[in-house]
Amino acid sequence: MMLFKLSLKNLKKSIKDYTIYFFTLILGVSIFYIFNALDSQTVMLNVSKNTHDLIDLMNQILSGVSIFVSLVLGFLIIYASRFLIKRRKKEFGIYMTLGMSKRKISLILLYETLSIGVISLGAGLVLGIICSQAMSILVINMFEADMSQFAFTFSNSAMIKTIIYFSIMYLLVMIFNTLSVSKCKLIDLIQAGKKNETVKIKNPIVCVLVFIIASCILAYAYYNVTVGVNNLVEFSDLLIQIALGSIGTLLIFWSFSGLILRLVSSSKRVYLKGLNAFTLRQLNSQINTTVISMSIICIMLFMTICILSSASSIKTSLSTNLKKLTPVDIEITKPINAKKTYYKPVTEEQDKNSKTSIRKSLEDLDFDINKNFKDIVEFSSYVDDNITWEKTLGKEKEKIKKDYPYLNLQGKEILIEISNYNKLAKLYNIKTYSLEDNQYMIIGDYKEMTTIRNRALKSKTPIEINGKTYLPKYTECQDGFIDISANHINTGIILVPDKALENSLEAVKYLFANYKTENDTKKEKQKIEDKIISLENHPNSNNTILNASTKITIYEASIGLTAMATFIGLYLGIIFLISSAAILALKELSESSDNKERYMILRKIGTDEKMLNKALYRQIAIFFFLPLSLALVHTIFGLQVCNTILETFGRMNLLTSILTTSIFLIIIYGGYFLITYFSSKNIIKEK
Amino acid sequence: MPNMLKIEKIEKYYGSRSSLTKAINNISFDVEKGEFVAIMGASGSGKTTLLNCISTIDKVTSGHIFVDQEDITKLKGGKLNKFRREELGFIFQDFNLLDTLTAYENIALSLSIQNVPANKIDEQVKDVAKKLNIESILNKYPYQMSGGQKQRVASARAIITNPKLVLADEPTGALDSKSAKMLLESFNYLNKELSATILMVTHDAFTASYASRVIFIKDGKIFSEINRGNSQRKEFFDKIIDTVTLLGGDLNDVI
Repeated sequence: MMLFKLSLKNLKKSIKDYTIYFFTLILGVSIFYIFNALDSQTVMLNVSKNTHDLIDLMNQILSGVSIFVSLVLGFLIIYASRFLIKRRKKEFGIYMTLGMSKRKISLILLYETLSIGVISLGAGLVLGIICSQAMSILVINMFEADMSQFAFTFSNSAMIKTIIYFSIMYLLVMIFNTLSVSKCKLIDLIQAGKKNETVKIKNPIVCVLVFIIASCILAYAYYNVTVGVNNLVEFSDLLIQIALGSIGTLLIFWSFSGLILRLVSSSKRVYLKGLNAFTLRQLNSQINTTVISMSIICIMLFMTICILSSASSIKTSLSTNLKKLTPVDIEITKPINAKKTYYKPVTEEQDKNSKTSIRKSLEDLDFDINKNFKDIVEFSSYVDDNITWEKTLGKEKEKIKKDYPYLNLQGKEILIEISNYNKLAKLYNIKTYSLEDNQYMIIGDYKEMTTIRNRALKSKTPIEINGKTYLPKYTECQDGFIDISANHINTGIILVPDKALENSLEAVKYLFANYKTENDTKKEKQKIEDKIISLENHPNSNNTILNASTKITIYEASIGLTAMATFIGLYLGIIFLISSAAILALKELSESSDNKERYMILRKIGTDEKMLNKALYRQIAIFFFLPLSLALVHTIFGLQVCNTILETFGRMNLLTSILTTSIFLIIIYGGYFLITYFSSKNIIKEK
Repeated sequence: MPNMLKIEKIEKYYGSRSSLTKAINNISFDVEKGEFVAIMGASGSGKTTLLNCISTIDKVTSGHIFVDQEDITKLKGGKLNKFRREELGFIFQDFNLLDTLTAYENIALSLSIQNVPANKIDEQVKDVAKKLNIESILNKYPYQMSGGQKQRVASARAIITNPKLVLADEPTGALDSKSAKMLLESFNYLNKELSATILMVTHDAFTASYASRVIFIKDGKIFSEINRGNSQRKEFFDKIIDTVTLLGGDLNDVI
């Protein structure tokens, strides 16, 4: 019992010293709970089946992410506790000289970890349960569900999951602690308090060399992800860039402090001003002992910024795209000559029926098209064996092949008669076009592809259909699309003069329409939508291939996607941020208490309190913002990759995403920075 | 000669009313400009408290301390720091050098916190290093130096600002006898050639014998005071030993 009392007392003492650590643990527990409790909050929402499927998917992904998050948190906890043990070597040394066995010391630590665990779990769960109510409101909002469904939720399973995951982490910490205590030698423990610090000064020339090498590595990786982004075909190519970036980061931090010390100390004017020499030396030793953690933190911050800004840009661009890209309620397509043109195996019956019109097929399924649809537009698209990517790229083919090796040059182009497209464009309320007899044009809005096509159009590449040659009317792809969707996914459709396709192969029949309702309400539309969905169960439904995409499903899918992006972004972003900020804060706080003596000396020789605080502030600020600034540089280039990956969602809205991300950064990272500064100031204060 | 330091009936109490400890009980004395005064006493006699009060690290309960006619017991906050950094020089038993800085930087620090321009700092550091014979170790770190070297670096740091008063707290306490002797020779040099006023606290008779005057303190009061006058150091040392014996032999480790 004596041991337990001792550990409780220690705990009390360290709570005061390491408020930040406890705070981070509690935050970690509560965030873990909140995101795992989403499950139970979304389950009771009154939304359509489609949305529910998406929510299920989201929850599955979130629980996968949770495993990753628990790894990050586990790393943080083990790092922190190892760190705290190191700081208490002297104390353990005293226990051991008094005759306490290592087993008993381990027991003290065990009790301590247990108490920390119980307290942080308890407090974290309470905080999590409270905060998850706020999350409920966000969830309801996101899925556009009824606000009246808001109710106090408590997720039993999330709580149990949180307890299990964190118990495992604490168990690991206990094992680690026991191991590190059993490895200790008494003489080291006793002498741990004596700071016989040998100042390791790195060779400045080596530092400069390493710094230059590191910069080159980073520049090479930057180059690859911006200018050479099209060569990054496989995911592994991207991983190589990330690895290069990580190595570069590590080397930068390894050489940075030596380099700066060298640079600044060569200018006596700056170096010998006020406490600059002292601050620089402090930073130098601090950075030198934290190269690896600094690099990890830098990369975590980089990922955080990328994740948060991508999530927020997905959210904003999706909602603007939706309005523009789904102008009608439904689009039904049907492959004609199914055997030749459809990408899936086709039955004889289906092939036979593929020639009939969509109207007729719907009638076969007992669906009354005149009663349910209005504003109907119908036409077909064509393919031609002669018109492949290879042909439309013309002379540019070889060069483009080199730049975009993954492009399928044998892919057949979609051909549509201009008057048919104009009919649809009128319905969509977008721009219509006209063509001369010997002209063709391409419409497209997927930027990656249109840039490729523009190269061919610029060199006036002719195409030949049924023996007749056509020249491009425009030197660039024009804006336009036919399929309704949530994103800009039109990789290019060739528009040709009417009658040009008379001998070409008919590929797909299209039918676009709006739902015929009396009052244009959501309920009425949903009713028609349900009818269409139920066609799937009609006994004749297997005889024809009909595909439909509707505004409602696209909306639901994109809401789900938005929610997924937002929640996963928030989850990972917050965890990464608090982990990295907490490691920095811990390191800095312990540094301050180690350096109490030094500040005492400075005070004794008459340094102004203001000057001391300024030096401390500068030191902590540089320590905090060094990894952040390198992360920001990484981000400038890294966001290009995110941008390319997210191309289909449309252009990133940089301003909003940067704004959202900086709000998060300022609140969390800045908060940790301020708390660290004020606690450090307190630690070095004269008693 | 004018008084550089004038101490007037100072008292310093510790503890509460029920258990009062009088660390300093009504002490008065003067130190003239250019004097080298040692204060001796057993541990617990109040000599370090006295030094702390003079150095403004601690505050007196009553009485006044004048340094060059200025009453330092009335100074507060920023002025106190200014006084400490501009008028006083410190030498501590455990050197109190910053272990992350080189000797050069440690010495330069006491000027740079006074915002002295860099070119002047360089000049002055080299000058003082020459005088204390530490030029060869200027680029070394404290952990690369011997105790005596460290203490001479600390002395250089203390006198580089041309302080009115140099306060030394057991400066030879952590040194072997050879280094101690070298340090005390440097003190003599500072005192004679640079006319620095030095007030040194010690319990070591050998160290005290380098001073021109020794003040003995016992239980917070002045017990006696002896002047070296024109006598040799060896004679003065014998006189000190006599007084120490008179004090009651509390100083076990006089030599």
